[in-house]
Amino acid sequence: MALRGDWVYENNGGTCVAIAGADYTVVAADTRLSVGYSIYTREFSKICTLADKCVLASSGFQGDMKALQKNLCARHLIYQHQQNKKMSCPAMAQHLSNTLYYKRFFPYYTFNILGGLDNEGKGCVYTYDAVGSYERVGYSCQGTGGTLIMPVLDNQLKSPSPLLLAARDAVTPLSESEAVDLVKDVFASATERDIYTGDKLEIIIVNAAGIRREFIDLRKD
Amino acid sequence: MKLDASGLQTFAPHRADPDNLYPDLSAPPSFDLPGCPDFDGFQKKAIQMVKPAKGTTTLAFIFNEGVIVAADSRASMGGYISSQTVKKIIEINPYMIGTMAGGAADCQFWHRNLGIKCRLHELANKRRISVTGASKLLANILYSYRGMGLSVGTMIAGWDETGPALYYVDSEGGRLKGKRFSVGSGSPYAYGVLDSGYRSDLSIEEAAELARRAIYHATFRDGASGGVASVYHVGPNGWKKLSGDDVGELHYKYYPVVPAIVEHEMADAPPA
Repeated sequence: MALRGDWVYENNGGTCVAIAGADYTVVAADTRLSVGYSIYTREFSKICTLADKCVLASSGFQGDMKALQKNLCARHLIYQHQQNKKMSCPAMAQHLSNTLYYKRFFPYYTFNILGGLDNEGKGCVYTYDAVGSYERVGYSCQGTGGTLIMPVLDNQLKSPSPLLLAARDAVTPLSESEAVDLVKDVFASATERDIYTGDKLEIIIVNAAGIRREFIDLRKD
Repeated sequence: MKLDASGLQTFAPHRADPDNLYPDLSAPPSFDLPGCPDFDGFQKKAIQMVKPAKGTTTLAFIFNEGVIVAADSRASMGGYISSQTVKKIIEINPYMIGTMAGGAADCQFWHRNLGIKCRLHELANKRRISVTGASKLLANILYSYRGMGLSVGTMIAGWDETGPALYYVDSEGGRLKGKRFSVGSGSPYAYGVLDSGYRSDLSIEEAAELARRAIYHATFRDGASGGVASVYHVGPNGWKKLSGDDVGELHYKYYPVVPAIVEHEMADAPPA
């Protein structure tokens, strides 16, 4: 049982993954909510659609996840009223970074990935640490199963660094269905070795046609 | 505890909320603080739990042709490498750059904030801010947050009316003007190479190669540094990125594999 006093955080576990493609982005997370060795629920969604081209997946402390999602949705609504347009994914990415940093001295205990389409319709994924440092990448994973999944994604998807000056072509070679299959495979593997990951996998695919959602069963043990 | 939030205030009036419908959201931005009695203990535990991305080697030096700035690109969260593609050289404006060492979020946020303040200074005073001024703005903000656990070790390099300038600014509130600095976990290794090879009359190419080698050697020996070694030059017309090389490839460029000379070669046994 977590000790109270002034320690208010708890890790509710879970893993999220996102992969950016040429004209799509796949964002996925498992649906298990745990505390210590107990499972609170098998049907908890860690993904929130912030805008029609922008999806946030978080893992960590559920209370902070909910508070962060509500905060971002409310700010997005105000943005739409003031600017008369929806927030683009890069704009939301920087806004999320600032929102996280404003709680630098009392952090949101959430590990976030933002996925969506940028202004040119290309897939983009932004990965964050808990206090707001962010980077646009081609793929990312966060959460308790993140260290299990990342090497597999590196092996399949790693492309030349964007920092190289003799710039090398860095397009993720996968098609949308191949990316979805890869996500299902990595989650099946992570479920085998991480106690906090499992039950069901929620996959969101963002492309020019909109947002599509799929559910896949994972091991429940 | 009253924090100095002047670093967070923009000068533009908040748009369109004359009826004060959103009092919380139009309030000037400020940092939420935990309301617990042991603030330092809480910060220590929170930082250990959250493990924000850190770790690095950065260096900069002034020579006759301007300023060379170089950095690696690895971010580590505890013992896990969270990224090999972090941009640690931050472009504040076309003639001034800053480096990132320490907490990645702290550096990104405060450099972005500094860029905003530099732009506002230009608009208010109709001239560019000097490197002295910019580094002072940053140092004053960091000093006001001294003791709260920020981790920033940055260098501000630029070319202004007085010529090339280089300042080191850190989250303890220190601000030093100098000609040669290296910051980060890999800095001892970088200093070794940099100090022994430095001359003020280097050409731009030689200076860039010295910086590249220093970063490479730091990534070789320091586990928290790696990725891509980026080198920038700041001249009278602003900064320019000179090179970005993967340090793994630099290793084989500096120390090519020489096939060993074999005296007696063992042939495969003939199939029985």
